Amino acid sequence: MTKVLMDGNSAIGEAAIRAGCASYFGYPITPQNELTEYMATNLPKRKGCTFIQAESELSAINMVYGASLAGVRTMTSSSSPGISLKQEGISYLAACELPAVIVNMSRGGPGLGSIAPSQSDYFQATRGGGHGDYRTIVLAPSSVQELADLTHRAFDLADKYKIPVIILGDGMVGQMKEPVEFKHEAPVELPIRSPALRGAQGRPSRIIKVLTSKPVELEELNWSLFRRYQLIKKNETTSETFLTEDAKLVVVAFGSSARIAKGAVKRARESGLKVGLLRPITLWPFPSEAVQALIHQTNHFLVFEMNMGQMLEDVQLALAGKGEISFYGRPGGVIPTPDEVFRVINRLYYQKGLRAEK
Amino acid sequence: MKPVQFHYCAGCGHSIAHRLVGEVIDEMNLRDIAVGIPGVGCCVFAYNYFDVDMAEVAHGRGMAVATGMKRVNPEAIVFTYQGDGDLCAIGIAETIHAANRGENLTTIFINNAIYGMTGGQMAPTTLLSQKTTTTPLGRNAAKEGSPIKMSEMLALLDGTVYLERTAVNSPANIRKTKKAIRKAFQAQIDGLGFSMVEVLSPCPTNWKMEPLDSWKWIDKEMVKVFPLGVIKDTTGKKEDAD
Ligand SMILES: Cc1ncc(C[n+]2csc(CCOP(=O)(O)OP(=O)(O)O)c2C)c(N)n1
Ligand code: SF4
Repeated sequence: MTKVLMDGNSAIGEAAIRAGCASYFGYPITPQNELTEYMATNLPKRKGCTFIQAESELSAINMVYGASLAGVRTMTSSSSPGISLKQEGISYLAACELPAVIVNMSRGGPGLGSIAPSQSDYFQATRGGGHGDYRTIVLAPSSVQELADLTHRAFDLADKYKIPVIILGDGMVGQMKEPVEFKHEAPVELPIRSPALRGAQGRPSRIIKVLTSKPVELEELNWSLFRRYQLIKKNETTSETFLTEDAKLVVVAFGSSARIAKGAVKRARESGLKVGLLRPITLWPFPSEAVQALIHQTNHFLVFEMNMGQMLEDVQLALAGKGEISFYGRPGGVIPTPDEVFRVINRLYYQKGLRAEK
Repeated sequence: MKPVQFHYCAGCGHSIAHRLVGEVIDEMNLRDIAVGIPGVGCCVFAYNYFDVDMAEVAHGRGMAVATGMKRVNPEAIVFTYQGDGDLCAIGIAETIHAANRGENLTTIFINNAIYGMTGGQMAPTTLLSQKTTTTPLGRNAAKEGSPIKMSEMLALLDGTVYLERTAVNSPANIRKTKKAIRKAFQAQIDGLGFSMVEVLSPCPTNWKMEPLDSWKWIDKEMVKVFPLGVIKDTTGKKEDAD
């Protein structure tokens, strides 16, 4: 397989097409327009595939809902303010147990915010975001290659668990160019999931509905969703560690910050500090056990995010009072350099007396 | 239709309109390829009545959902069945843009000049000086705007091919409504573009009238603002649409 140089947003588009995505519905917003444009150019070239630029994010996510009801793989993308509008549709997708892939190349907020890369949509992505008792799988890529790989995984997970899957990136990973290798060929036949609404064709008519007049019936749906979420936690939680085996201080960071943190950890190692990195790849389910596993070797954690401390709460929950957690964050779209993070690591390392410990 | 009892109030136009849509689907032999999308209003339970594949959607988003559904499966006959609050207030953007794209869809638009399900609040179609729970003194143009003439608005768009306004308040009007619904489905079968039948429909409960008076009120008041008849029909001229 050959590698091609591509920006992250376009790589998602290519990976989606190769995953058998039959429809994309979008609305322009920076910094994810390359994906919408890639789909506009390339998706309709494939038989039976549809691209629509919707009149709003509300409309786009509801077109996704329609396409998913019809049983095909479908996708939309946006950035923070647009994702807020899509939350209505995501809640409905969750209620109807419909698969879909939703990309958030997030930017600084709240409000219209800035167009610079930010990670301040962590709560929105991992806590449900829309109304009701539901979760979405959230994947956090940190390279263009991983964007391609996780896009494929997102479609598979969505179908497997009948759930909306969010790819949470930001303008940095979406817009940077890197070599990427696509591991799959696009399918000849587009996959069609069952049950779908495509006309009864001789069978009894089918209903996919979201309103339940009896609270106990809705309770049963919520229980069944909850059981599925437990299964997802068990089977699909993913994270990556880097140089944690002997680490006295472990940095926890996801997505673009993990990329920056990796540079900082390398520098720390060069200057003789035993520092490692834990990178959650699924943000929901959060890799709590991977965090807990580290407690046997270190008490010292540094959570680093491009926000004011949102994943921090998941790390705190995972550690349940054990270990000492420090936080470093830059909100609003300010991107710290690996050097800056290294200085934070260095300072902490000495403050906590880790150099002295042998 | 499924052999179940309607939940609609006595004298409500939804039951008649449902029956007409059901008859047309049967007569045109569409049962196996039709997919219906009800609005969020009194018709939210329409999936209990139509014996075709049905999906429930968020308030107002019917046209967007129908668009996604039809584009990925053009063989299906997709229709939405929406109230005025649904289609013309919260969902007005979805409606206008689906129509403007010329989506090959059929819409049954129930205009009862009020929000039925939530208990009689003002709709975009509420007549001037009509009393509702949120316009207790009567709708006032200066404060609440005038009733929106949806069919006339949509007629301005190139993507619409067939728009007719009918009523279900007399046997003659009911027959005309059925003909219009049939024509709207035919436009979709022929792949011509967007078609809609706006049905003036009584809501005796929230109009606080006896059913017979509500039929009369449509003739006396509603048709003055919402005149009946074909508003646009280019189906004859669009035979070769792709
Ligand atoms: C987002 C959202 N807002 C409000 C509601 C509450 N709601 C349910 S039905 C309805 C009005 C429906 O009126 P209309 O479409 O005219 O239908 P009718 O009941 O008159 O047939 C409203 C406001 C809702 N379900 N969802
Ligand atoms: S409230 Fe009005 S629209 Fe709703 S069922 Fe009763 S009569 Fe029909």
